[in-house]
Amino acid sequence: MKPMLGYRRPAPGTQPEYLHPPYVSSLKRAPKQRLILLPDTLSEMTGPSFRKNIVEPKAFDLTRQSRGEPLGERIVVSGRVVDEDGRPVRDSLIEIWQANAAGRYLHKSDQHDAPLDPHFTGVGQTFTDGEGHYRFVTIRPGAYPWRNHHNAWRPQHIHFSLFGPAFATRLVTQMYFPGDPLLEFDPIFNSVPDEAARKRLISKFDWVTTTPEISLGFRFDILLRGRDATPMER
Amino acid sequence: MDGRTTPSQTVGPYFSIGFSWLERSDLTEGATGGARVSVRGRVLDGDGQPVPDAVLEIWQADAEGRYAHPEDGDDPAAGQEFFGFGRVSVNEQGEFHFTTIKPGRFVGPNGELQAPHLEVSVFMRGLLRRLVTRIYFPGEPANERDEVLGLVPAERRDTLVAQRSEAEPEMLVWDVHLQGDQETVFFDY
Repeated sequence: MKPMLGYRRPAPGTQPEYLHPPYVSSLKRAPKQRLILLPDTLSEMTGPSFRKNIVEPKAFDLTRQSRGEPLGERIVVSGRVVDEDGRPVRDSLIEIWQANAAGRYLHKSDQHDAPLDPHFTGVGQTFTDGEGHYRFVTIRPGAYPWRNHHNAWRPQHIHFSLFGPAFATRLVTQMYFPGDPLLEFDPIFNSVPDEAARKRLISKFDWVTTTPEISLGFRFDILLRGRDATPMER
Repeated sequence: MDGRTTPSQTVGPYFSIGFSWLERSDLTEGATGGARVSVRGRVLDGDGQPVPDAVLEIWQADAEGRYAHPEDGDDPAAGQEFFGFGRVSVNEQGEFHFTTIKPGRFVGPNGELQAPHLEVSVFMRGLLRRLVTRIYFPGEPANERDEVLGLVPAERRDTLVAQRSEAEPEMLVWDVHLQGDQETVFFDY
């Protein structure tokens, strides 16, 4: 049988710990027992490869899901998904969800006293292309209050969900915006110990995708786990 | 880019708007064989209270122990076949339910056949990274020699094995305890 390459473990400090006391919701939900180191088996090295036709062709454009246009600042969010060795993650599903320009989610539990936008769901999907590139058109999300601590506000962010080639590469993260004054105070953003890793969650303003008279562009590149150098027998 | 995996962040409280379109609690589509099984359970927090805002993702092999994936010699473009992916949200009472087929066995890293199992990712507000665990099947002699179960301290292994429901013979019950005496075994990945 052909040898299989497992997936590399994250570099120390580049992923949050489960228990992060400043993030109050982690207190009752983070596991307390020792985690068991899982060897990569076929179960972890395979994963769902979704067919592209499960996504509506227009699902990448959150400004055109309704007959009317959503309110707010139109933006293009694009980037490239690669593994730790720079290899493109091809034809892979990306899901995003976010608040509207007023900082309100289209969710029954969101009781923030800000208006819903009848022309904005805040939900999109797309696939990376053959080189790992993706592109969304959306509205810049507003900051919103939450009850983690007194006067707590989440910085503007877009949730990203990626599958990559395997169960091992599944990643859910959040993209932030450059210069957001709330980042410094956000326990979720600051749950990542390594500063350089944390800063990679902040998108970059991008002239290349900024379109005259239309929209600003932000670039957000994403790295998924790379493969081990040494094959394991199966 | 510095060549390191992008950090994980929590799905937060409102992930259902982004995840619900791909909800899939019947995994049996395309299956050509295998025993049909239903699994139900609850997700409970450190106070033993139901978690009303969690989602589980399932990944599994078909009845012959094959994954619908090129890594397992499969061509995903080949057409209708067992896919092996599920996504199930809990309800307000923290309860979830899905139906699938019992997967077959395949070789693990040590060269021995692994016991039948389902891979599970757990996402919710409060989890900065997904939790990874497995569901094994009750009364399965292969569990005794499974390489991954063998890594788990004996007294905690039961948290990974679903139990038969006495009231419903075809139903398996498997709860996720995030903390406490019965804390589910979660894997470091």
